[in-house]
Amino acid sequence: MYYRENGQFKTSYRADQQIFPIAQDRWAVLLLIAAAFIVVPMLSSGYMFRAILIPFLIMSVAALGVNILVGYCGQISLGSGAFMAVGAYAAFNFFVRVPGIPVLLAMILGGLCASVFGILFGLPSLRVKGLYLAVATLAAQFFSDWMFLRIKWFTNDAPSGSVSVSGLQVFGWQIESPTSKYLFCLSILVVLALLAKNLVRGAIGREWMAIRDMDVAAAVIGIRPMYAKLSAFAVSSFIVGVAGAMWGFVYLGAWEPAAFSVDLSFKLLFMVIIGGMGSIMGAFFGAAFIVVLPIALNRFLPLLGGMFNVEISTAGISHTELIVFGSLIVWFLIVEPHGLAKLWAIGKQKMRLWPFPH
Amino acid sequence: MSKKIGEVILDINNISLSFGGVKALTDISFNVREHEIRAIIGPNGAGKSSMLNCINGVYTPQTGSITFRGKSFSHMDSHQVAVMGIARTFQNLALFKGMSVIDNIMTGRNLKIKSNLLLQAVRIGPAQREEEKHREAVEYIIDFLEIQAHRKTPVGQLPYGLQKRVDLGRALAMEPQVLLLDEPMAGMNVEEKQDMCRFVLDVNEEFGTTVVLIEHDMGVVMDISDRVVVLDYGKKIGDGTPDEVRNNEEVISAYLGTGH
Amino acid sequence: MAFFLETLFGGLMAGMLYSLVALGFVLIYKASGVFNFAQGAMVLFAALAMARFSAWIPVWTGISNPVVANIGAFVGAGALMFVVAWLIERLVLRHLVNQEGTTLLMATLGIGYFLDGIGQSIFGSDIYEINIGMPKDPVFAFQNVFEGGIMLNKEDLYAALIAAALVALLSLFFQKTTTGRALRAVADDHQAAQSIGIPLNRIWFIVWCVAGVVALVAGMIWGSKLGVQFSITTVALRALPVVILGGLTSVPGAIIGGLIIGVGEKLSEVFLGPYVGGGIEIWFAYVLALVFLLFRPQGLFGEKIIDRV
Repeated sequence: MYYRENGQFKTSYRADQQIFPIAQDRWAVLLLIAAAFIVVPMLSSGYMFRAILIPFLIMSVAALGVNILVGYCGQISLGSGAFMAVGAYAAFNFFVRVPGIPVLLAMILGGLCASVFGILFGLPSLRVKGLYLAVATLAAQFFSDWMFLRIKWFTNDAPSGSVSVSGLQVFGWQIESPTSKYLFCLSILVVLALLAKNLVRGAIGREWMAIRDMDVAAAVIGIRPMYAKLSAFAVSSFIVGVAGAMWGFVYLGAWEPAAFSVDLSFKLLFMVIIGGMGSIMGAFFGAAFIVVLPIALNRFLPLLGGMFNVEISTAGISHTELIVFGSLIVWFLIVEPHGLAKLWAIGKQKMRLWPFPH
Repeated sequence: MSKKIGEVILDINNISLSFGGVKALTDISFNVREHEIRAIIGPNGAGKSSMLNCINGVYTPQTGSITFRGKSFSHMDSHQVAVMGIARTFQNLALFKGMSVIDNIMTGRNLKIKSNLLLQAVRIGPAQREEEKHREAVEYIIDFLEIQAHRKTPVGQLPYGLQKRVDLGRALAMEPQVLLLDEPMAGMNVEEKQDMCRFVLDVNEEFGTTVVLIEHDMGVVMDISDRVVVLDYGKKIGDGTPDEVRNNEEVISAYLGTGH
Repeated sequence: MAFFLETLFGGLMAGMLYSLVALGFVLIYKASGVFNFAQGAMVLFAALAMARFSAWIPVWTGISNPVVANIGAFVGAGALMFVVAWLIERLVLRHLVNQEGTTLLMATLGIGYFLDGIGQSIFGSDIYEINIGMPKDPVFAFQNVFEGGIMLNKEDLYAALIAAALVALLSLFFQKTTTGRALRAVADDHQAAQSIGIPLNRIWFIVWCVAGVVALVAGMIWGSKLGVQFSITTVALRALPVVILGGLTSVPGAIIGGLIIGVGEKLSEVFLGPYVGGGIEIWFAYVLALVFLLFRPQGLFGEKIIDRV
């Protein structure tokens, strides 16, 4: 009974349309963001940053982008890894070829290049959907794999085939230490999440969802399927491209094309399915899950094995990862297609009634 | 208070439509006058929905043309039709199941929203004001259709009768000049039908919207329509006022069979 | 010229292997409207089972005759695939009746991952050998036409024969038997088929069993040629464009599509590759499929896709 809307009347449409209409939610989110910026850096070790927090933040950005395409617009994509790769390599090229260019600008330009790539490989969505579209996006993935492996210009003719960046700084603030990397990624995530949320609750978001739910009816209302689908690809690829640039620049530091393989594409899709399709929050849940699970299994399984005197090898752990992923995907699709985000929403509903049963 | 029925705004000229070997429509011609309520009736499979689909650009007829306000088209483009001010509801609904009632009706306002992607992303100033302005228009429609209590419910969870109202609301949100209604009263009980009739009449009288209505309930058709077109097996077998059509030999035998 | 023909034949043979995997895709889609992304994983799982059983059977039963061991392994692996089919139908498909295609597709993705993990947990993840007595030595054909002859792989020729026999059997099954007809009805419309009394669950079980056997045959041939290893799944991903080219609903399409892709890959790699930096094999098939998607999504032999309002 502490989480309820009693007494919170909205007297304007603006108030009713805000992102968090319930006051408790607003406070909670503000506190969470403040904690993320202030408290977490104080309490976290270098390992926490490197292994969990930074990958979580970057994957959240990527999942956000993929969710817009797959969850909100209903266009299945198995090529997200390619968009990340384009973002990363484009940002890299701008960074090393244009002397003195700010890192943020390079990343944004990388995102725009990914956007163009996304629109190009999104064209098949105007003709086909479902499985056929999945195959088209796989074409993007494999083509990008080849592009960055074989076309020397993209890697600045690096003899080893891998590229690296260093000396990142934003307005004089050096991004070297784990804490600064964390804060950098967090800031980008907050900004992009806000922009994404605005798009999704606005007219273009409704267009995307209309196309997802029933594209013939959408056309009759005056929504142009071409514009809606391609804009979904463009926005989604931009965000995913920026995430790719973040992944390469901030997390990896040095990378080669295999860093953005089809496995990553599948992982991103799983994040969206498990986290919740068509939900901004779902991106966070999904990313957290996918990032934390391998680490949790790594810690937990040997202990479990020790209890039964069974030796669990690293191969065994990665196999278990596959088993858990696979079963969870199927479980979520059957039981709760809207993923963890829906479970969270149901939990909140119950909280409104707590401690009463109904 | 009698309403003024105006000139012909929609003209169907010799439309023929076939799917492979099946002829859905054969040489259909009729017109629709501004501000009138025009009913299209006929037994199941007569081609009534196909006719509406041709007007909306969902199907492309093999021959014939459609003239709207003087401009002739041999093939309608769905988007263009919407821009010209023709809206419609669907027989099997066709609502966006994942969205709430408000959002569904808001999609009807889409053509009127001018702010682009970037403005919407930032959502201050003009984009925000637009959202509020259109929300107000949608609330007006929600009041009109008496579905206020359900505005935030996902439409998939609403009972059938209410879903039909949302379908109508979405079409109304486009502020259309011509409203095509495909069996708006199908599956409703008497009270719900009375409500729906009231809405249709109100829309026609208050906004002057021309209504083209496919309907099976003869009582409704005879009561509210100004003129009626009768289709059977894809051919036109009657065209006139309700009384004229009621006494038409061919229409009677089409509905009741020739054996009686 | 001889080199061109050699490349051509090599491509045909490689394509035949793609066709075998694609066959499984087409079967399941034709009969249940589900696109089975897990087909590659099924091939690997079946191949692993066969490889390990053929190694374990002599240990368990003391029979050292390799032919018997192989047959036992084949039967055992086949039985295991039936169990897998039953489990998939029971635990997954039954609960997703009439969900839209994208949901089912993602579910099969999940199944694929699951099979990958379980297969390697049970059977191990080293490279295993399948030895079914396929001749490994090459044969030189057309020696009177071309000097030195054209080198062909005997193993591939046998594989092609087996594949052809499989296709013939399956075509007969679909066209001539009642079960086959029921399968086609189910593919068209689940609910309609159910309403005329076709037992949906049993049909799906049968289809996945058949697909499992096809996966086993494919896995056996692949495994005999390449050794059973994880890369089989990545190769299975290459079979996807085959069904796009051939048409998702066409068994002959899977064969012809596979041949075209196999030949195209090899020829483009050898003759186009040097101009663009090489390695275009990884995307050739997919980009070809992409072109088809834009202009002829139903492939060469598939049925036209109609969207109803």
